[in-house]
Amino acid sequence: MENQPHVIDYNQPVITVRDLYKSFGNNHVLKGVDLDLYKGENVVVLGRSGTGKSVLIKIISGLLKQDKGTANVLGEEVAKLGGKQLQELRLKIGFSFQNSALYDSMTVRENLEFPLVRNQRQLKRKEINESVERVLNAVGLSQTINQMPSELSGGQRKRIGIARTLILRPEIMLYDEPTAGLDPITCIEINNLMNRVQETFKTSSIIITHDLTCAKATGDRVAMLLEGKFIKQGTFDEVFNSDDERIKSFYNYNFIK
Amino acid sequence: MSLKQTREFVITKGVDEYFINLYSAAKFVLRFFNEVLRPPYEGKEIIKQCYEIGYKSFPLISLTGFITGLVFTKQSRPSLAEFGATSWLPSLVAIAIIKALAPLVTALIAAGKVGSNIGAEIGSMRVTEQIDAMEVSAVNPYKFLVVSRVLATTFMIPILTCYTGFVAMMGAYLNVQTNEMTSFVSFFEQAFEKISFLDIFSSLTKGIVYGFTIGIVGCYKGYNATQGTEGVGKAANASVVMSMFLIFVEEILIVQITNSIRG
Ligand SMILES: Nc1ncnc2c1ncn2[C@@H]1O[C@H](COP(=O)(O)OP(=O)(O)OP(=O)(O)O)[C@@H](O)[C@H]1O
Ligand SMILES: [Mg+2]
Repeated sequence: MENQPHVIDYNQPVITVRDLYKSFGNNHVLKGVDLDLYKGENVVVLGRSGTGKSVLIKIISGLLKQDKGTANVLGEEVAKLGGKQLQELRLKIGFSFQNSALYDSMTVRENLEFPLVRNQRQLKRKEINESVERVLNAVGLSQTINQMPSELSGGQRKRIGIARTLILRPEIMLYDEPTAGLDPITCIEINNLMNRVQETFKTSSIIITHDLTCAKATGDRVAMLLEGKFIKQGTFDEVFNSDDERIKSFYNYNFIK
Repeated sequence: MSLKQTREFVITKGVDEYFINLYSAAKFVLRFFNEVLRPPYEGKEIIKQCYEIGYKSFPLISLTGFITGLVFTKQSRPSLAEFGATSWLPSLVAIAIIKALAPLVTALIAAGKVGSNIGAEIGSMRVTEQIDAMEVSAVNPYKFLVVSRVLATTFMIPILTCYTGFVAMMGAYLNVQTNEMTSFVSFFEQAFEKISFLDIFSSLTKGIVYGFTIGIVGCYKGYNATQGTEGVGKAANASVVMSMFLIFVEEILIVQITNSIRG
């Protein structure tokens, strides 16, 4: 497939989060989060460990319920959806987990088929195989098709995890720390993969990371989460040219390390 | 301060949590009945689980069943011999094995072997977010994981109970044969003299109830495992403890009910 540069449609929001609050007991994690994601856009969410980045996208995908505020995805308010409607919305959302979450009792092929055969029961064997091969090719791991997840490296697992979400052709991708714990070269590969996904599958994405190289390479916009709120949003340079001490220290920390 | 406390807990923290847990467990069990008959059916997964359960507990159940029958007969022999009543041995042993030992031994072994396995497997899927991954890919994890496993245990434990009963009787026969040279046929004729249809029916019911218990408890504990690998071990352990406890309670109830039916 020929890659075209991606187009962002700022008139068409796909995710709108307003004034979101979430606590676990006395642990107040999100304290009034606002976020917009537009069609075709990649937004990078930066923030230190434990600031609630994973919690935010779990609320967006309906895995957790907020205490207050709204999360609107493709025109639907996630918390208000039940059974069937939520399932339908989820078909349009791809969620790549922080630890890949591959089904470890299944081979790579079975992992990839799993969501497909259960959501599109009319598919023929041949079509299923084609879909599996297509997404495996897209992530560049065709040779692993019969391996078990335990035989794969961390970076390969991440890519299979991404392939498994792509197989349903989602409109929105949520990546939870796609490059965490990987070597710099594999990181670049994953960054390129995310950009390719944006271009070829025409997805809009939220990419969660601590990794500024990844943020710079993939983000059309960067949002900085701190103490339960987004303290700054904008392009990478806009955010990091700020005088805010907290942002500077995040930047310095990343590059001194 | 005291006002705040009364707002947070209806009674005390412990009591509140107990009832919340009870409520969530009840909801979990009811969800099974709500989903079991609804398509889509996970036929392949159910068969795979049946096979796993049978295969996993087969060696241990064969051994335990055989030894239970053999030892029970051997130990009962002297007391009967005092009254010169060793000819009652086959029917005595059959009553003990079919009415009590086979269902209980099978269930306790399966609780240890199968229940802990289900708890650990689903628990580790929970803590590694595999269950969440199913959910966000619009697949119902309850249906795929819980319904299939509970159906498999509910189906397989009664079958294993029959099998345990059979090997235990073979153990008993070995002892009787070496002592009295009773033939195979007459041993079983004597054995089943005192066994009624109700006895067999009640044992199978036990098997079904125990099987359901082992499956649903293991799934519940695994499904609600808390974060971390520690949670997986806890889920496995709690599955065994909880299902054994429930099995004993159910044993008493079923025996009471059977006896009242018998009148
Ligand atoms: N299911 C849960 N139950 C209780 N507390 C939770 C739960 N999920 C998250 N938390 C708490 O919420 C806070 C934020 O967690 P979260 O996983 O969102 O952090 P994060 O920003 O993704 O961090 P990291 O970069 O390490 O992944 C943490 O303090 C965590 O303990
Ligand atoms: Mg996280």
